Amino acid sequence: MLQLQNLGKSYKTGDDALKGVNLEIPDGQIVGLIGPSGAGKSTLIRCVNRLVEPTTGKVILNDVDVTTLSAGGLRKERRKMGMIFQEYALVDRLTIMENVLSGRLGYVGFWKSFLRKYPQSDVDEAFRLLERVGLDHMVDKRADELSGGQKQRVGIARALIQDPEVLLIDEPTASLDPKTSRQIMRLIAELCKERNLSTIVNIHDVALAQMYVERIVGLQLGEIVFDGPPEGLTPDVLTQIYGEEDWEATIDEVSDDIDDDINEDGIDSAKNTDKVAKDITEAVSAP
Amino acid sequence: MSTASPSRTWKRPPLIKDTKLRYGLLLFVIVYFIAAFFSYEVNWARVYEGLDRGWEFIKAFSNPDFVTRWKDISAGIWESIVITVTSTVVGIILAIPIALGAASNLAPKPVYLFCRGIIAVARALHEIIVAILMVAIFGFGPLAGFITLAFSTIGFIAKLLAEDIENISKPQAEAVKSTGSGWWQWINYAIQPQVMPRLIGLSIYRVDINFRSSSILGLVGAGGVGATLNTAFDRYEFDTAAAIIIMIIAIVLVLEYVSSFIRAKVQ
Repeated sequence: MLQLQNLGKSYKTGDDALKGVNLEIPDGQIVGLIGPSGAGKSTLIRCVNRLVEPTTGKVILNDVDVTTLSAGGLRKERRKMGMIFQEYALVDRLTIMENVLSGRLGYVGFWKSFLRKYPQSDVDEAFRLLERVGLDHMVDKRADELSGGQKQRVGIARALIQDPEVLLIDEPTASLDPKTSRQIMRLIAELCKERNLSTIVNIHDVALAQMYVERIVGLQLGEIVFDGPPEGLTPDVLTQIYGEEDWEATIDEVSDDIDDDINEDGIDSAKNTDKVAKDITEAVSAP
Repeated sequence: MSTASPSRTWKRPPLIKDTKLRYGLLLFVIVYFIAAFFSYEVNWARVYEGLDRGWEFIKAFSNPDFVTRWKDISAGIWESIVITVTSTVVGIILAIPIALGAASNLAPKPVYLFCRGIIAVARALHEIIVAILMVAIFGFGPLAGFITLAFSTIGFIAKLLAEDIENISKPQAEAVKSTGSGWWQWINYAIQPQVMPRLIGLSIYRVDINFRSSSILGLVGAGGVGATLNTAFDRYEFDTAAAIIIMIIAIVLVLEYVSSFIRAKVQ
């Protein structure tokens, strides 16, 4: 259970990026955070693991107040919060295996990590996760040799090897093509269910969010203006979040388009895991 | 499009908008150049005499003498190489922690200012001046040259490496930090891979610079092949001097080739 209580952030420039956000995310729930650029979505996510230091309010993860922790305590708590990034944020010149294992840095000592002598259990888990995301055949490739979708799979594996309780996901599909975006969102949704993770996903693509998340939070100018199920996103609500625009067309067109595309791919539903696995393997073998 | 002017003209806007200031500056530069040129006091008779010696020198290049003073030359070159290698290695080892401290995105303000201070001092003084100081402190010989070059290597590497650290990709650094890594782990996983090619490139470039500098330092008594070269000139042994210069050029060329090869490899 992740709780944000009256969370606020003012930058030195005087911008109030977040204005007292209250949010409660039960275990296993995926929340899609939508809103226009500059609404404070990235700030919100980064305030949870204090990559950005919040100015007011509390972040409570399973009864631990993250905002009052010392540097050492924060490091321990960050291990429980996996993070996935927009531009994947893999360390380009490290291998895939090193990138995945870097998710264990909070658990191993400096010399072990420096010499890349991770415990066998960590290495086993890394292989298992890479297999799960379909990349176990290329562990020694350098991260910058991968395609966007592959990079994001490594990013997901890195977050999961932390054995997190929470996933913080910042625009996971913003740099990906539509098909890969869906595969990635589907993978994230499955993994969250499997592992019962509370998850916040920042996402620009409203239609994509509607497909894979069970709850939508709309942020505008640092305040929550919508909190409800994906079906609740009516044109009126979208106007409230993003401003005046012809939303009817967007929503309709998108849902039709999605059905077509999925049928073309031969995938009936996101829950059909066999097909998904095949889907992933296909995507991986494609250059 | 207005019908009154069928073709509108366009000119690139001038760098200095004010016409008077623009032409005034131009005039000033021309006048100053002419005045400066005529303020040279050139002794043309002396130049004429010197032409002979210059020609001797050029002739010597067609007939360099490696043999007569080979012992001195080889000892000088060897000393230069020793100074180069030791000063580069020691300089880099000392420069790395200073670079970490001088990167504003890693170090707290006091550490940052302190490390930037070291860099500023190391870069403020020219190598020759430092060498003169070091010779005064440690006496003649290669030790003074070694310390001089190690000192200026620190300024060079630390400054450029710190700038590279400040330019790293922030998301990669954030990603490693968000795993709960410690500070040194963060340096090792997020920073080091990003700056390593630059560090290697700079280090090799610095070997090159240190070798060239080590052949000058001899002039102020700080060891190296410069002393041998100076002696050869003093004795009007242009053929020996030519041999030394040819060897320096050859070594610099080899270093140049090696460094471009390695820098292409580490990208």
